[in-house]
Amino acid sequence: MRRAGPLKLCLIGGIVMIIQFFIPHRFSKNFFDEVVHWLIVCGVPALVIGYYSIFHVHWTKIRRKREGWGYSIIIFVAVIVVALIGFIWGVGENSVFMKIYQYMTMTMQATMFSLLGFYMASAAFRSFKARTPEATLLLIVALVVMFGRVPIGESVFIKLKLPNLVEWILMYPNMAAQRGIGLGVGLGIMATSLKIMLGIERGWLGGAGK
Amino acid sequence: MSHDPWVWVAAFLTLCIFSFLYKDNPFYRFAEHLLIGATLGYALPLVWKNIVTPKIIVPLQHHEYWLLIPLCLGLLYIARLIPKYAWLSRWPMAFALGTGSGIAIPLSLQAGIFKQMQGTMLTKAMLSPSITPTVHIIGNIVMFVGVITTLIYFYFSIKHTGTVGKVARIGVWYIMLAFGATFGYTVMARVSLLIGRFQFLLHDWLGVIK
Repeated sequence: MRRAGPLKLCLIGGIVMIIQFFIPHRFSKNFFDEVVHWLIVCGVPALVIGYYSIFHVHWTKIRRKREGWGYSIIIFVAVIVVALIGFIWGVGENSVFMKIYQYMTMTMQATMFSLLGFYMASAAFRSFKARTPEATLLLIVALVVMFGRVPIGESVFIKLKLPNLVEWILMYPNMAAQRGIGLGVGLGIMATSLKIMLGIERGWLGGAGK
Repeated sequence: MSHDPWVWVAAFLTLCIFSFLYKDNPFYRFAEHLLIGATLGYALPLVWKNIVTPKIIVPLQHHEYWLLIPLCLGLLYIARLIPKYAWLSRWPMAFALGTGSGIAIPLSLQAGIFKQMQGTMLTKAMLSPSITPTVHIIGNIVMFVGVITTLIYFYFSIKHTGTVGKVARIGVWYIMLAFGATFGYTVMARVSLLIGRFQFLLHDWLGVIK
């Protein structure tokens, strides 16, 4: 019952949703919307697990005074302060909550990602040696795309019409490979979903008792 | 120089994160942990406002008591924290995975496979010089060849020798080209973020550039 019940629910839920897809009726559409609503409602308590998990990790770190435990206090303080500001003063435009998002969260996120630019450039410098024809192609296309997307590339390579070339590369040969990969991903999603529904893939059951 | 305290906070955090370019240091770690905490704290009031209130509390106030079923099902996730009853958390997971798989199968078949195949197929109009410009005719042929060869490269049920090997090799060229384009695009996105951060520091904060 501890395993068979959820497996049966998984199979029935999957079959019902597949049948629903092929019924072009208003009731079918309403049923789909209701199931999506149920999925959202059902997923909300899962947040508790996520927050518990991160708090547990950092609380243990503070309690045992492990290396860098002071930074764990910052996490606790930030979560509580930001959440309380949101709950007490609201989350509307121009609220303190949104200012925190704009000037702290977004700023730090953008800087983190921009930092990756440095590391990508340094990694590219070390690894992008044109050792094979394929690697040379990768290098050339990367450079063409980079130069074709900035005004300097357009003005330096004026005769090559670089932006048009970049557009063509992105639209046809690049799209061809992306489509090939996308078709594989589509088939993979179908196969994995079928494996879950049919109980072949049971990793999600975990090890919590038979 | 800016007189807005929020701009000063954002500038300080930006510099804290950039300090990682020198080496891992307490300022960077402070900003890193603050980002995690602020992001977690940011999510709570938003989930309450955008999901819990409109999708659970308001419907329950309107006597839509059947929503208690997914809510109770979702609460079983929390059983994960009590080892003796952890198996109960399989029920909401079964519901989410089963219905999710049932929704994913026809959708990936439709959007991930049929639509992609439809977009790749060559029609008379796509190859007719009177309707389509030459550059696009070449592009359409390049696209068709690219999708087929990429798929053959990913087809591992037969050995990549002889004709299949040669065709798969063309697929590799397409894939390398796509990786090059993706890399170039990603680098450009990161560089524009970097420019954005420098613009913020030099224009919004210090005011040294117009």
